[in-house]
Amino acid sequence: MADGLARTLPAAAPAQRGSTGDSLLPLVLDRICYSPDGKTVLNDINLELSHGLRTVILGPNGAGKSLLLRLCHGLLKPTSGRISWAGKSAALAAARQGMVFQRPVLLRRKVADNIAHVLAAKGVRRKDRDALVLTSLENAGLAHLADRPARTLSGGEQQRLTIARACVCDPDVLLLDEPSASLDPAAARAVEELIVRIHASGTRIIMTTHDIAQARRLAEEVIFLHHGRLLEHSPAEAFFTAPRDPAAARFIRGELID
Amino acid sequence: MADFQTALLTAIELVIRLDPDLMEIVWLSLRISLLAVLFAALIGLPLGAAIALWRFPGRRVLIVLLNAAMGLPPVVVGLVVYLLLSRAGPLGHAGLLFTPTAMVIAQCILVIPIIAALTRQTVTDLHEEYDEYLRSIGCGALRSISTLLWDGRFRLLTAILAGFGRAIAEVGAVLIVGGNIQHVTRVMTTTIALETSKGNLALALGLGLILITLAVAVNATATAVSDTARRHHG
Repeated sequence: MADGLARTLPAAAPAQRGSTGDSLLPLVLDRICYSPDGKTVLNDINLELSHGLRTVILGPNGAGKSLLLRLCHGLLKPTSGRISWAGKSAALAAARQGMVFQRPVLLRRKVADNIAHVLAAKGVRRKDRDALVLTSLENAGLAHLADRPARTLSGGEQQRLTIARACVCDPDVLLLDEPSASLDPAAARAVEELIVRIHASGTRIIMTTHDIAQARRLAEEVIFLHHGRLLEHSPAEAFFTAPRDPAAARFIRGELID
Repeated sequence: MADFQTALLTAIELVIRLDPDLMEIVWLSLRISLLAVLFAALIGLPLGAAIALWRFPGRRVLIVLLNAAMGLPPVVVGLVVYLLLSRAGPLGHAGLLFTPTAMVIAQCILVIPIIAALTRQTVTDLHEEYDEYLRSIGCGALRSISTLLWDGRFRLLTAILAGFGRAIAEVGAVLIVGGNIQHVTRVMTTTIALETSKGNLALALGLGLILITLAVAVNATATAVSDTARRHHG
């Protein structure tokens, strides 16, 4: 069903904010290497992302997808190479991004207070917070849970809450790390629908997944990562019908690759 | 055995009719220990959080010392505070020895390590979980600390209760720095020690009953707090 949804929605509302000139794009990764403790886990990554497409970073577990996302968000520093968001450093650009982690990190507070916490950290005045919190919860279909302790929500609700929280300040780019990896199909579908809606409202989506079916549903362009190397960067249709990289081809066929 | 029964009955009677001598002692004990815990929390909470979050040389040694200090022998703390406050000591001019203030200071020193060590552990655990989220939203240092302390509030409250339990039950330190002066520095534990040696078992037992009740109440509260925390926040 989500498959259908992804196709029926407009391909993109291409970079509405891109045209205002203050967009974070293009994202440029220039010869990025990441070797904590001397062991190279990301090797010579070159990449440029510009359009308002939904980008899926695909690859088997351990390919380095999460690390790549954390580097882009400035949570990790590359061992060598340069990352820039429209000329800005990753650390500076992070303020206009939202990040969603695979395991939801929720504060030991009420659902509404989890959203308010971000607003407070970003300097939104107290009297303006309530309205933003409510809108954000409504968009994620969580308004009826506003007063529940956040950590008593179901896995799917928790992940939608972290997505709502990451989006409450209307980021230019939303980064998601395996957002539905540990969810059941119904909850995963709700998360995917939310991602598609956020994208349609003009937020650039960059997400990782190891789930080929999910990549087919959501991706407009695919970055294929394996053993810390970027092996292919193609439009989704081309990638899934005629992948150029042999490892990618085998991965799409569902073979175990090593 | 008959002696014991008589003493116990008299003790219960003292408690039930709120004997003024008994109440004076209980009230002073509570005031001293609550003040000691208040100051220990004001020092111990930020200290524990700071040790959890800042990397500096000697940090690991400090953590070991802090954990060890949870078991500081009260008589030794009493002796050190006595030396500091005695007439010839560095703080002797303040004339604090054998006052309730001296007892607050001694208990505070005993409780700070408990609150600081448990705070450090709590904040370390939470920080491990929250670190990427906090950095992702660009949370500043002060707001990060307040976030971690607030989200650890249930465990921190338990730490404070543990500190209160130690303060109220401790005898060695307050005996040395307070002097067990009637109507001035006589608290529950020191009175029990004195009255027992004098053979006045009724008053000693009455105070003992109150101390045990307090200990049970403190532990029951701690259990209720952590149950609430688990139920609401996982």
